[in-house]
Amino acid sequence: MKRHELARHLKQVNTSVTKIDALQLALGKDSYVADFLPKDALVIKMLWSPHAHARIKKLDVSKAEKMPGVKCVLWHGNVPRIVHCTAGQGYPEPSPYDTFMFDTKVRFVGDRVAAVAAETEEQALAALEAIKVEYEVLKPVFTLDEAMAPGAPVIHDEPEAHVPIPIVYEPKKNLVAHVACEAGSFERGMKEADFTFDETYETPYAQHCPIEPYTSMAQMTPAGRILITTSTQVPFHCRRIVARTLGIPVQKIRVVKPRIGGGFGCKQEVLLEDVTAMMALRTGRPCLWRFTREETFRTGRTRHPFRIRLRTGVKKDGTITAIGLECINNTGAYGGHGLTVVSCSGGKTLPLYHCDNILFDGKSYYTNLPVGGAYRGFGATQAFFAIESLMDHMAEAIGMDPLKFRQLNHIRPGEGSPIFQALGEGREGLPMTVGSNALAECIVQGAEAAGWEKRQDWRKKTGRYRRGIGMCCLMQGSSIPDIDMGAATIKINEDGSFNLNVGATDLGTGSDTVLAQIAAEELETTTDKMIVYSSDTDMTPFDVGAYASSTTYLSGEAVRKAAADAKRQILATGAEMLGLKAEEVHCEDAHVLNADGSKKVSYSDIANYSLYQKNQYQIIGTASHITKKSPPPFAAHFAEVEVDTLTGFVKVLNYVSTIDCGTAVNPALCEGQTEGGTLNGISYALTEQYLFDETGRMRNASFADYHIYSMRDRPPIKAILVPSYEDTGPFGAKSVSEICINGPAPAIGNAIYNATGARLNEFPFTPEKVLKAIKAVKK
Amino acid sequence: MKTHTCTVSFTLNGEKKTFSTRPDEKLLDLLRREGYKGTKYGCGQGTCGACTVIMDGRAVYACLLYAMQAEGRKVRTIESMGTHDKPAPIQRELVAAGAVQCGYCIPGIIMSATALMEAEKDITDEVAREYMDGNLCRCTGYEKIWTALRRTIANRAAATPAKKTSAKGGKK
Repeated sequence: MKRHELARHLKQVNTSVTKIDALQLALGKDSYVADFLPKDALVIKMLWSPHAHARIKKLDVSKAEKMPGVKCVLWHGNVPRIVHCTAGQGYPEPSPYDTFMFDTKVRFVGDRVAAVAAETEEQALAALEAIKVEYEVLKPVFTLDEAMAPGAPVIHDEPEAHVPIPIVYEPKKNLVAHVACEAGSFERGMKEADFTFDETYETPYAQHCPIEPYTSMAQMTPAGRILITTSTQVPFHCRRIVARTLGIPVQKIRVVKPRIGGGFGCKQEVLLEDVTAMMALRTGRPCLWRFTREETFRTGRTRHPFRIRLRTGVKKDGTITAIGLECINNTGAYGGHGLTVVSCSGGKTLPLYHCDNILFDGKSYYTNLPVGGAYRGFGATQAFFAIESLMDHMAEAIGMDPLKFRQLNHIRPGEGSPIFQALGEGREGLPMTVGSNALAECIVQGAEAAGWEKRQDWRKKTGRYRRGIGMCCLMQGSSIPDIDMGAATIKINEDGSFNLNVGATDLGTGSDTVLAQIAAEELETTTDKMIVYSSDTDMTPFDVGAYASSTTYLSGEAVRKAAADAKRQILATGAEMLGLKAEEVHCEDAHVLNADGSKKVSYSDIANYSLYQKNQYQIIGTASHITKKSPPPFAAHFAEVEVDTLTGFVKVLNYVSTIDCGTAVNPALCEGQTEGGTLNGISYALTEQYLFDETGRMRNASFADYHIYSMRDRPPIKAILVPSYEDTGPFGAKSVSEICINGPAPAIGNAIYNATGARLNEFPFTPEKVLKAIKAVKK
Repeated sequence: MKTHTCTVSFTLNGEKKTFSTRPDEKLLDLLRREGYKGTKYGCGQGTCGACTVIMDGRAVYACLLYAMQAEGRKVRTIESMGTHDKPAPIQRELVAAGAVQCGYCIPGIIMSATALMEAEKDITDEVAREYMDGNLCRCTGYEKIWTALRRTIANRAAATPAKKTSAKGGKK
């Protein structure tokens, strides 16, 4: 039987089993980093730079060191100066090494100056006040134009700054990365077009806002090693990067990830752990460093703001003859993820529509503003705002319904795109054709749920409150092909339960549950027999971590292979017990049995036999997985809005978020991902933004001033899972987590246009901006 | 810098307790220090609701209150709400609905929902939204939290048919 035929008989996969840690978390049991704080722990506090760009001329910590309760002060004068990259990526990273534990220069408001560990928070804060710093304030760089200008201040003038792999990096010009490719001839494509377009878009800063802020704890073990318990998406990268930054061997460090209170990409960064580890090493005491919410906004990672120029050409019949996508991101003061985010802004968007002539140019620049990082969507969010806004614009120019225009042009199953090969992450990608693809069905189901047929031209609308419907199509990827690796181990216990140990990192998504379902499916047992332990660098196999929409697809296949390995052993021992040959038996309902079921033995009996009775050994399966593909999930989003033309206020009335994630391993969790990512996207489209004062300091670093959607704000969101079967994924699964955040900005933007005729090329769509755009509309 | 210690006495999850504290210690910090760690720190500014506890029947932010303000009051935390064997109805529904993703906001959500259900008789959607507005969740989009809350309210109403108001609440 082929694997896709097996899909019909799935028992554990494609079922909404209860998330295995849900009750523990709902009961409020100790689960997160700070819940494990030992009584004698020290508190770490950081002195942050008040300047966007300055050199530290003098730094005197002598008074602070003598303050009551102070156990250690770290600053550039007493730590190793080792250049590194804080981005939790594969090694060597496709990002610049431009960061030190502490440096003699500060590069944004919120950069590190000196850290104190003290008995209490009050003592640590008092000691920070006693640190004397003399700055030579330098001219700051706040905009892309300022960063690119000839003779601009050089933000990274330190001689150590370099990239560990051969990619473009010119810190003297503030240029972090440059990647470009062309398929066909963009110029020729533009000449062939009946209509051409040239638009510029801006997308804003945003913070991930996990409700658990960045939190990290370190302590010395009795054996003299450092145990780091930390809220991270990348425990293995964390171990590697901390080892480098402290100049100690990886062997000295154990990183444990307990339950995580959300990440969304911001914890794919090693932002606290070097300091907590160094403090533990210096003091011998457990040390906790937890960011305040304000610190999470100012110093935490953000979504890169983008400036996008998009030029396209289209024929009257709807053929897209040329797409030229030029993206520049502002990576802020440090360059981690600068290249990869801008690469993905092309790589994860341009294959969506047929076009023979595609040009992509992506650049990343330093500024003296908060630092960009990985954020769910990872560049695709920014580029899709431009592409999907312009798709509507193009459809209108040729007089075609924007939905039909997308149906005409979107990629079909079995088709490839030159972009897959041209744009990898730090190197060339892999040639790929799309396997599973239910986008056509996503569009149909979404249109029906959203009532697309009632959509009317904006010119027909009158009155103060005007309603409109907008849509967009999306894709993403599933893991980074040929780079990401995940591994798993599974062993049997006496009662037929299994320990499933995975490096994969559940940051609140439910991946522990999803991986348990995959293991149980392969092993022909039930999910409740799985004891999952994830992400402990001493105890579990390696995994790159939770990013790039990889856990279900990549780590899931590693788990399936490990389970298959254990299953082979179970079958062999079961056959031995039954006096049969291995090929005469199969597994079913946690038993090994012969074809007619007349002879059978339970997994529990097999475990006892193999552990205690005869030819004893541990039944244990282990496997690793890398992929040659990154199959895109697909989605069609629909937003219905009501615009108050008097105030410019936009209210989302209804939102439909369809998704083709292949087999939904756990449909309830897939819906949860889709609903949550969609609401985050809606909030980003309408209210979230960083406001800066003239010194480059964020003015609105709190939930009171940076509004994320609450239960009252939330519009009804309908998540629709449209199944397909991805042959290369575990039981047909591909990714689900990121794609959904890309839709709201373009879908709502298109809906605002459909309501009012106002086209906004930048968001958030605040009342002020919308009102201004409405006033500029000429009927 | 001298720290001033004092004591505070209040009923915590049904038991009379006396703790040593300082005038500037927040209730959240005292609770966590004393092992009631289901109450979470999310913002320290009374804006996210992760630290929600119930004080004299009202949902309050433990990160804003000084510990001393609990003097003589009745305080309830998530630790009073249920166990592995016997979770509270709202806990059971949240788990069943798939509403617990990262779970960090969930104890606060449960305390606000409990305050809502204990204080209000006729729980319209608008009243429920009002009570729940102070608890932020970044993972779920609130869809499944809302489903679980409405189910709990409906079951509660159905279980107590004697009261007039309950029948109303049970319609939804």
